[in-house]
Amino acid sequence: MNKVFKSDDEKADFNENESRSSTRRNFLKWSSAAALTAFAFGALNPESLSARTAFLGLPIEPIRQGAVDLGKGDIGILNYAYALEQLEAAFYTQVVSTPYSGMNSAERQILTDIRDHEIAHRELFKTALGKKAIPGLQVNFTSINFGNRASVLGTAKTFEDLGVSAYNGAGQLLKKVDYLLLAGKIVSVEARHAAVIRDLLEPMSPAFSGDDVTDSQTGLDMAKMPSEVLAAAAPFIRTPVTANNLPKPKN
Amino acid sequence: MDNKKSLLETIEPDIIKEMTARREPLEKARAMTGALGTAIVSFGALAGTAFGQDNKLPGKIADVLNFALTLEYLEDEFYRTALGSSGLIPRDTQDVFGQISKHEAAHVALLKSVLGSKAVAKPNFDFTAGGAFGDVFRNYQTFLAVSQAFEDTGVRAYKGQAGNLKNNAKILTVALQIHSVEARHAAEVRRLRGEKGWITADSRGTLPAPTQPVYSGEGNTTQGGVNLSGLAGLSNAAITEAFDEPLTKEQVLAIAGLFIRK
Repeated sequence: MNKVFKSDDEKADFNENESRSSTRRNFLKWSSAAALTAFAFGALNPESLSARTAFLGLPIEPIRQGAVDLGKGDIGILNYAYALEQLEAAFYTQVVSTPYSGMNSAERQILTDIRDHEIAHRELFKTALGKKAIPGLQVNFTSINFGNRASVLGTAKTFEDLGVSAYNGAGQLLKKVDYLLLAGKIVSVEARHAAVIRDLLEPMSPAFSGDDVTDSQTGLDMAKMPSEVLAAAAPFIRTPVTANNLPKPKN
Repeated sequence: MDNKKSLLETIEPDIIKEMTARREPLEKARAMTGALGTAIVSFGALAGTAFGQDNKLPGKIADVLNFALTLEYLEDEFYRTALGSSGLIPRDTQDVFGQISKHEAAHVALLKSVLGSKAVAKPNFDFTAGGAFGDVFRNYQTFLAVSQAFEDTGVRAYKGQAGNLKNNAKILTVALQIHSVEARHAAEVRRLRGEKGWITADSRGTLPAPTQPVYSGEGNTTQGGVNLSGLAGLSNAAITEAFDEPLTKEQVLAIAGLFIRK
């Protein structure tokens, strides 16, 4: 199907990933509250679950009793990126379909563009990972008021900054140089999104690359490891996700 | 500790002079000197564990960092000159360009601190590109156009070098952390020009024709070996916007070379 994702040296990754859904014993609760919520919804509310997956435009997955494990090696990191892109795509899909009050045409265009970019990222990972892809994740947006501009753009800012820091941190965890380049192609677009969202919130100010995300002394953006990123994303994801087998940073 | 000290000692005094001679009031400049010290120590700590001293920096990595330093010199001097050109930048965007300038100065300081004695000297720049942008420091629109071209080029340049830094996790990460800041800058400047924050196909938009090499190749729709055309009902415009493309060192130097005096 494609050369980048089908090389022989990754067959080991494939095989070891087969057992990814049976790692409950090692379940690292990067957010125990979110994990419990996920199990509760998964078990008790299949109706809302299927509504949610249909809304996401993803195939309806059987309810998993275990957590979704991202896997190991490069495939694990790509699944990690896929998880974050699923979250962003689902968010902007809802933002565009239920516009906040007072959304002007310029904002609608921007948010529609971003939605499409995130869908492109999500679909790329899904297609490229093929059988190695994690299933579609159920999201939890109950904390977001989609009718309110500040709530929507504030959440968008959180997601975009988080995405930038996630790709920046994950670069060193990738073995294959082609994947590093791919991550590089995506992260700068996430950074563009972050800057534009920040500019919508605080026009014509230094906020687009503010001192809260770009160190004023080094001029460096944030870089975060998966554990930290997943903890921040956890409140927005119903499906329990484990990341015990991801590569660790080198010292 | 020794590593930090040795790296500190490699800083050329004139970069500190440059940093403190900026337009900020004296107090801010004094704070900046302190900040610079911190920056050097923190990057010294990063780089120190990797190499100890600049003379241990592998040649390939030094080449990449010097390439990056050349681009940062270009951007740093560009914004410093612009901010010092009275009447050029309207008051309502002074803070935006002050922020960008602050970052570029910090990037120069960081790269110089890790390269130490291996750092290349700053070239002599001609921001008019031999007259093509003759009023770059008198006409705000010309300034914005050159700024956009520099920032979008910077994003592509860092992206193109990531693979060459792969064997050093810390330096790779720092390069990625600069890369995304350049992308934030690019998006902001593009919007000040009335463009989208992202690049559609290989369009230079309203920029003049000589800037086309900054955008050529951005129209790629095949990513990771997957042809994304038509995927999920997305337009090719959206697909090309969703991915930024790299430039080779040679392609970048051909662009930057227009602004460097021979």
